Amino acid sequence: MYEFDFVKPTTLADAIAALGAEEAQALGGGQTLIPTLKQRLAAPAVLVSLTGIGEMQGIELGEGQITIGGATPHAAVAAEVAAAYPALAALAGNIGDPAVRNRGTIGGSLANNDPSACYPAAALASGATIVTSNREIAADDYFEGMFTTALEDGELITAVRFPVPEAASYQKFEQPASRFALVGVFVAKYPEGVRVAVTGAAEDGVFRWSEAEVALSADFSPAALEGIDCPAEGMIADLHGTAAYRAHLVKVMTRRAVMAAAG
Amino acid sequence: MTQVSMTVNGQPATGEVEGRTLLVSFLRDQIGLTGTHVGCDTSQCGACVVHVDGKAVKSCTMLALEADGAEVSTIEGQANADGTLNVIQQAFQDHHGLQCGFCTPGMVMSAAALLKENPKPTEDEIRHYLEGNICRCTGYHNIVKAIMAASGQDVAVLAAE
Repeated sequence: MYEFDFVKPTTLADAIAALGAEEAQALGGGQTLIPTLKQRLAAPAVLVSLTGIGEMQGIELGEGQITIGGATPHAAVAAEVAAAYPALAALAGNIGDPAVRNRGTIGGSLANNDPSACYPAAALASGATIVTSNREIAADDYFEGMFTTALEDGELITAVRFPVPEAASYQKFEQPASRFALVGVFVAKYPEGVRVAVTGAAEDGVFRWSEAEVALSADFSPAALEGIDCPAEGMIADLHGTAAYRAHLVKVMTRRAVMAAAG
Repeated sequence: MTQVSMTVNGQPATGEVEGRTLLVSFLRDQIGLTGTHVGCDTSQCGACVVHVDGKAVKSCTMLALEADGAEVSTIEGQANADGTLNVIQQAFQDHHGLQCGFCTPGMVMSAAALLKENPKPTEDEIRHYLEGNICRCTGYHNIVKAIMAASGQDVAVLAAE
C-alpha cells in the first residue's frame, strides 16, 4: 500500500468535512478497498473511516419497510432482518465468508457497485431508496454501470430503505473461488408487480430483466418463464463462462428464485 | 505515525503505527504475537482470523487504527489460565485437526466464533462457516470432526476417512 493518512470521525458532518480534503476516500468495512490498496490500484491521500459513526449504523424495522444504516455490516443484516425480509437476510448471510461479513457494509457494497456483488441485485429488485448525505436516490436511477453509480464526490450512503415484498428470493450461482455471483438473480413480488434484478451477468452491471418481470407479474410461477430467454448480448464473457452461458444461467436462476419465493 | 491502543488477550497494547499498518502487522511485528499468520494477504485464506470486540475478522484486511480502543483476542489468548489447551485446541489435537499447522490459528479462532454463535452446529453448518478458512493440507475432514467434538457432539456419525 502507498502511504495515507487515516481519520475516523464519529459524526456524519465530520466525515463529510474530512472527505472534502484533496484525494480523500471513504472507507467502509474495507473488504474491497483494502485489497485494492494493497495492489496499489488506488492511492488516496487520506482514508476517512465510516465505522465510528453511530448514525450510520443499525437497522430499523418499520411498517412495510426496513431501513439499514449505510455502515451496517452484512452479519448484522443477516441476523436482524431474518424474520422481516428473509430473502434479504439470506443474501447478506451468503456474501463472502463470516469474517468478511463482520466487516463489509451495505453502503460500501452499493457505493462500489461491483458488477458481481449481491447487494445491488437486492436494492434494484426491491426498488430500494438509497439515502445519501444530501438526497434520496431511487435504485432505478442509482446504478449507472460497472463500478459506476449516481453518487457524487464526497457523497455518502447514510442508509438504504427497502420496501418489504410479499414474496422474494435471491439465487446465486457462485463462482467457486471468489464466491462472488457468476450470476445472481433477485426476484421480489410486490402488489404493484414483480421485479427481477440480475447481478454478475452483464457488462454494465446489475440490470432488471423486464421481459421476465412482465411475465411474472401476470403469472408468478416458473411456467410463466417458458418461451422467454435472456439475450446473450452485453453479457460478461471470461474464463469462468461465456456470454451465452451466463444468459442461460439468468433464466435458470430466475426460475429457481420464483420456485423458492412461491414455495 | 499515530498512536494506537487496544486490549489484546486482556493486556493493554500500545504502539506507533502508520495509517496503512494492518492489524496483523501490529500484532506480529510490534507486539510480537506471531501466532496469527499471514497466508494469502488477500483476505481469502483466513490464517489471520482474530476476534475484534468478539467478532471474527481477517486481520490482514483491517487497519490497525480501526482497532483502536478495541478488545482483540488472538490464538495466544485461547489456552486455559493454567496453560493447558482449551476445548477447541484439545479437540484439534485429539482428532488430528492439523497437519502442517499453518492454517490452525485461523481455524481455531473461526471455530471459537462459530461455537459462540451456534453451540451445536451441524456438519453442514461447520463447513459453511469455514468457507473463509483454507487448509492447503486439505485436512478439512478432521478439522470439522474436531469442531464437532469440541461442541460436545458425537463424531462417530462422520465417516472415518
